[in-house]
Amino acid sequence: MERTFLIRHPSVMIFIALLALFTLGATILSEGFGIGLISTSFVKTLGKTLCLCLVAIAMDLVWGYCGILSLGHFAFFGLGGYMIGMWLMYERTKGIVVDQLAAAQLPPTPEEVREAIGAQIFGVVGGSEIPTIWMFADSLIIQLALVVLVPGLLALVFGWLAFRSRVTGVYLSILTQAMTLALSLYLFQNDSGLRGNNGLSGLQNIPGAENISQDVVSVWFLWASALALGAGYLLAAWLVAGKFGNVVRGIRDDEARVRFLGYNVEAYKLVVFTLTAVIAGIAGALYYPQAGIINPAEIAPIASIYLAVWVAIGGRGRLYGAVIGAALVSLLSTWFTSGRAPDIPLGFYTIEWVDWWLVLLGFGFVLVTLFAPQGLGGLVDRLVRNPRAARPQPARPPQSAKEPA
Amino acid sequence: MSSLLEVAGVSVAFDGFKAINDLSFEIGAAELRAIIGPNGAGKTTFMDIVTGKTRPDSGRVDYGEPPASLLRMSESEIARAGIGRKFQRPTVFEQQSVRDNLTMALDNARDPLSVVFYRPFATDMDRVAELAREIGLADQLNRMAGELAHGQKQWLEIGMLLAQDPKLLLVDEPAAGMTLDEREHTTDLLKRAAETRAVIVVEHDMEFVRRLNCKVTVLHEGSVLAEGSIDHVTGHQQVIDVYLGR
Ligand SMILES: Nc1ncnc2c1ncn2[C@@H]1O[C@H](COP(=O)(O)OP(=O)(O)O)[C@@H](O)[C@H]1O
Ligand SMILES: [Mg+2]
Repeated sequence: MERTFLIRHPSVMIFIALLALFTLGATILSEGFGIGLISTSFVKTLGKTLCLCLVAIAMDLVWGYCGILSLGHFAFFGLGGYMIGMWLMYERTKGIVVDQLAAAQLPPTPEEVREAIGAQIFGVVGGSEIPTIWMFADSLIIQLALVVLVPGLLALVFGWLAFRSRVTGVYLSILTQAMTLALSLYLFQNDSGLRGNNGLSGLQNIPGAENISQDVVSVWFLWASALALGAGYLLAAWLVAGKFGNVVRGIRDDEARVRFLGYNVEAYKLVVFTLTAVIAGIAGALYYPQAGIINPAEIAPIASIYLAVWVAIGGRGRLYGAVIGAALVSLLSTWFTSGRAPDIPLGFYTIEWVDWWLVLLGFGFVLVTLFAPQGLGGLVDRLVRNPRAARPQPARPPQSAKEPA
Repeated sequence: MSSLLEVAGVSVAFDGFKAINDLSFEIGAAELRAIIGPNGAGKTTFMDIVTGKTRPDSGRVDYGEPPASLLRMSESEIARAGIGRKFQRPTVFEQQSVRDNLTMALDNARDPLSVVFYRPFATDMDRVAELAREIGLADQLNRMAGELAHGQKQWLEIGMLLAQDPKLLLVDEPAAGMTLDEREHTTDLLKRAAETRAVIVVEHDMEFVRRLNCKVTVLHEGSVLAEGSIDHVTGHQQVIDVYLGR
């Protein structure tokens, strides 16, 4: 990523600068590092929003640029969360258990510690055995690797099967949706080994940093999320700016043509699908420690559909569009569903936003589709950056006028 | 003369309807050939078979030296083996610039990793400029392909094929919707291309074929009805009946 890349793509520099400013501003306003004008829970909301922007970039790459309407990327996001959640929960429980057992006469054996951890974590689903999939849960390094490997390998295998059979369009969307549904239903089971519908909790407590206040930890995660979003944006922008981006856009617009140019379309789709699944996994691994809890409902198909809605509202095929869509819609959603939005009394009926927010979102989606098919990012394009696109299409050159009738 | 492409006894049926019926066809390494035939004769299907889009029910399709069967290769493998194809309706990437369209077609490594790290070095950009000159789009390199006139899109597509530097070029109805000037330019392009490679042109327009001045194969109901010079086939009674006399 040499310097000329940034010079030729000023929008990337603008984005990185805005992101840095935003992070700096939030830090200054935070309770942990600044003047305490915004609450720690709001810092967490901002940090989570950055993670949602990152998964939206992944969605934009796979859908907006490559034309694969995946309804499964929130599943990859959730898997990333589960993978880091296992370490967080295991190590934290271990800390508690060791403290408790320290009071006993004899020092506890490792076996006793393990049993106590098992009882603590899995008592809620009526078990005390630590399932095999938790065997690396005490290793941060391995669980971090799994954050990348589990979504990546699932996407690789799923994508390989689907693309190889030339499943495209709405059928592929349905297939990804089915994958998501199957995964969430599986996780809902108590014997899935991931605590069924209870999910993993207490994830905001970082093992080894118990004495550090959440006011501080929340800002750390804000920084980490901003860093990940910046890196993800740079990577995505660099990928789509070059020939790879041209091939991928070509696949979106006319995949048969790309095939006859000699490109292995399936391989490209697989690369994009897997890479974006990995990005989604990383975003999820940063999101859930800020949320504090993850459960299978997070992976439900509707979440992946929301993700597509964000990108559509923000504008497909432009990275800042995905960021705008994800940030705007998820922040609005938080506001409306948290009860902070004032209800509107109509006399005969009171509009309570907790119930009506989805209607408003649906209405907004329709409006954008009708009046700004390029999304909000497309409006940005038209108004600020690209005065050429605001003009009507140039007239055809005169040659075609000579055509004999 | 050893042939570059040999199609032997190929048949393909769609829902029982034989679109290609025991078709045999050969073309040499530096030959220009026109294929004519009425609508529905199977011309496009023939191209689909050679380029791997449609798999025949029976028959052989051998290509190259030494001959290798195309029937087990995927579309992209066939393309990389040196067979380029121009579609009936101009298909260029409308939302990309003329330069990007041509660069994508250049004869470079096509695996994702090489493409991710591809840098447009001067040699490639010179080649793109040269191709653009050849297809008359030298001053349009930065335009979006979607903004081009119909004829220009056709040329861009031909330019993309030349950029692939194929050994065999399949061109489906290149002159459709072109002005007279544009047709002449297209004829020149194809003739020049055929100096160093095999070119098969499917065309409806008899005048256009006459100007190509090459051997003609007449297709009818999925098989070869006649083959020879344009004067030979236009004098052929059956050809007159099924095609010219309509
Ligand atoms: N995929 C297909 N499915 C069914 N019928 C087809 C298909 N492709 C071509 N055909 C039929 O095969 C015949 C030959 O078509 P085509 O090769 O396009 O003819 P041409 O290009 O010579 O006009 C036509 O009758 C057409 O309807
Ligand atoms: Mg045809």
